[in-house]
Amino acid sequence: MKTASKPILRVDASSFGRTEGGGPNLSSFTLDNGLDVVVIPDHRAPVVTHMVWYRNGSADDPIGQSGIAHFLEHLMFKGTEKHPAGEFSKVVSGLGGQENAFTSFDYTAYFQRVARENLKVMMEFESDRMTNLLLEESVIGPERDVVLEERRMRVETDPSAQLSEAMAASLFVHHPYGIPIIGWMHEIETLNREHALDYYKRFYTPENGILVVAGDVTADEVRRLADSTYGRIAPQGKRPVRVRPREPEPVAARHITVADPKVEQPTLQRLYLVPSCRTASQRDCYSLELLAEVIGGGPTSYLYRKLVMERGIAVNAGAWYMSSAMEDTRFCVYAVPAEGVSLSQLEEAVDQVLKTVSAEALDSDAIERAKTRLVAETIYSTDSQSSLARIYGSALAIGETIEDVNRWPVEIESVLKEDLASAAERYLIARRSVTGYLQKSAS
Amino acid sequence: MTASIETLSASPTNVKVLTSARGVEAWHVESDVVPLIAVSFIFDGGSAHDPVDKPGVAQMLARLLDEGAGEYDSDAFQERLAARAIELSFNAGNDAIGGSLKTLVKHADEAFELLRLALVEPRFDNDAIERVRAQTIAGLRYQQNDPGVMATRRFFDEGFAGHAYGRPTSGTPESVAAITRDDLIAMHRTMIALGRVKIAVVGAIDGDNLSVLLDKVFGALPETKPLPIIPHAELQKIGSRIVVDIDVPQSVIRFGTPGIAWRDPGFIPAYVLNHIYGGGSFTSRLFQEVREKRGLAYSVGTSLVSYRAAAMTWGYTATKNERVVECLDVIAGEMARLKEEGPSDEELQKAKDYLIGSYALGFDTSTKIAHTLAQIAFEGLGVDYIARRNALVASVSQADIRDAAQRIFGDGRMLTVIAGRPTGL
Repeated sequence: MKTASKPILRVDASSFGRTEGGGPNLSSFTLDNGLDVVVIPDHRAPVVTHMVWYRNGSADDPIGQSGIAHFLEHLMFKGTEKHPAGEFSKVVSGLGGQENAFTSFDYTAYFQRVARENLKVMMEFESDRMTNLLLEESVIGPERDVVLEERRMRVETDPSAQLSEAMAASLFVHHPYGIPIIGWMHEIETLNREHALDYYKRFYTPENGILVVAGDVTADEVRRLADSTYGRIAPQGKRPVRVRPREPEPVAARHITVADPKVEQPTLQRLYLVPSCRTASQRDCYSLELLAEVIGGGPTSYLYRKLVMERGIAVNAGAWYMSSAMEDTRFCVYAVPAEGVSLSQLEEAVDQVLKTVSAEALDSDAIERAKTRLVAETIYSTDSQSSLARIYGSALAIGETIEDVNRWPVEIESVLKEDLASAAERYLIARRSVTGYLQKSAS
Repeated sequence: MTASIETLSASPTNVKVLTSARGVEAWHVESDVVPLIAVSFIFDGGSAHDPVDKPGVAQMLARLLDEGAGEYDSDAFQERLAARAIELSFNAGNDAIGGSLKTLVKHADEAFELLRLALVEPRFDNDAIERVRAQTIAGLRYQQNDPGVMATRRFFDEGFAGHAYGRPTSGTPESVAAITRDDLIAMHRTMIALGRVKIAVVGAIDGDNLSVLLDKVFGALPETKPLPIIPHAELQKIGSRIVVDIDVPQSVIRFGTPGIAWRDPGFIPAYVLNHIYGGGSFTSRLFQEVREKRGLAYSVGTSLVSYRAAAMTWGYTATKNERVVECLDVIAGEMARLKEEGPSDEELQKAKDYLIGSYALGFDTSTKIAHTLAQIAFEGLGVDYIARRNALVASVSQADIRDAAQRIFGDGRMLTVIAGRPTGL
């Protein structure tokens, strides 16, 4: 809740579509003030998931104000003129609803899950705080302390989280994806009311939002309710512009180490700078998605079989790809060494295995298995209306279309062995990479 | 699905109790909206039955069931699962070994066959045992100096000293190193038996077809032999404050008082009281006082922990070392205030409204429904519990709350464990 969501392996990264059983009968439209709306009917139960996504995330934080997107997400619970701090939460709770919010690199989202008859009330409150946030000075200090405690909990007490931050900071030499979503400690400490209000005014507008309603509703109902709530907000004229620098072509293979006395189990991570679903040309993002599954998706993957099953040099190994991002993104390979194996020995073994991907990893059974699993995940996701709402909301928030999401399984199915080999050869190369060691320090 | 929230909470008839030809019982919700089947099962008996000197056997057993079975070695077994995107997993806790299966309907026969193999014919090949042993030890080392894990571990170590619940369910690097194939086989033979299991199935399969599959899988299990009884335990060291020293800027705090078990008729009032005190929404007293007003912590809360042979009210938070004393004072102060003054009528009503209204939200995916049903079956609450539960919550009175406060807050003293470098204690 009010959390800085970390990019989660595949869950966040991929998307949804149907190859059997019929698809959700999706509708989308745009209100007069520019707010985009998506309706995902799911009539299994009389409940709805109501979400509002904003097309701004931590990568849009102004220089020197890292963490402001996430801080504002916390502050969005602090009340408006009409509804004082805590009232929205009390109402949600009194209706037996659940609520939360999260911030990612490219978007921020707020949601409630309630019985269907309460949808209008949720829309009234959520549209109210889209534009009427008060931000009294008295709430700023304690909430900033909450965020600082959140950072201490997630990062300052955990060396592996520190390695993850350091690796991202090293991978992205220019792009703000290298800055943690929650922000750097010393900059969170300086965030104030003015920063928050400036940020709020810039980004919290109808043109910048996407309303997603999944559940026991019809598109007509949602349109009517949205018109009478969100529809009353005055447009700002245009969507705020996100200024994102592009990464330069990488030239340096980087190695970093976090050494901490608390580390009893060393681990190895490798990040590669790769295109995302938004920046990929020639359908590389589908190839990378499938490549991650073939070489690193679970105990039948190539890395696991080679490093864990055959050589016994690692106790675990895998890979993942974060395709969902507006700009170039990360492809991760990781391994945990077996007892007595040093990280440099393990790294050498990982590199040997990666060199043989084109020649050995891409047999038709392995590719078929990976496709089956990825496509099945999209069917499994239809079992959860909140998963569907997230899949479509996050896709639209980074500039994909509903068609992109629906086409995903077909695209995955059509990836060829040659595509995988080519992606591995072009992207999994030293100069695009950062290698991270987590190890014990002497003291 | 037929298990719509409304019907699930109002009418238990949508959950059918199915008994197969061979006497396997399962709670069944048929729903053909999504072409999948979700199965959840729980075997009575878990880590508490580990050999006294070898904690970790039940968890290692759970990790080995899908590492080779029947004619398939580990790799072949995993390949069969992956080839059809069948998701099978096992876990072990203090009182139970459980698991779940998720499959597309078109692969149901294969999925149930793999489940049968895993439960009935696991191989326990030596290479698989050594691999899982190494993974388990690496996992234990990875968490060894995590302040949250350290605080929790020490809490159970102190609070249930000398009792099975005081031992680490995952074992220790030393105990895991000592576990033998015979230990695993012996535990498998005792635990994975027909009379111990509760099963729930949700999805696109009708009762007749399900019966046949259930017979194939669970009907093949051996008869049940009695397990040693785990003696009842009360939380000990109440009133103690223990510091686990670790050099981190934020202290992780665990605190506990007595509890009430789920099966106890007094559970529901305690559950409502816990919701008011530290339960899982933005409105609890602790959330308001610790987080919202003072910014002491990002996460703070309490829950009722219910084991077969023990119960407690258990809380968690984390605050910077300099504010630990203040944080503990607020937590204790709110407990005392709530016990003394009780909640306002409005606060009690709001809590009940939330718990009643939100119950249905836990039944929104097939996997969640299957899991919840299996849990209710495991606790012996009866298939009508889902229909009865909201009325139980609605009937909780101020007098019930006072009784519950007496039982779970006692005199306000708690066992507190703090991992970090707290100042001023």
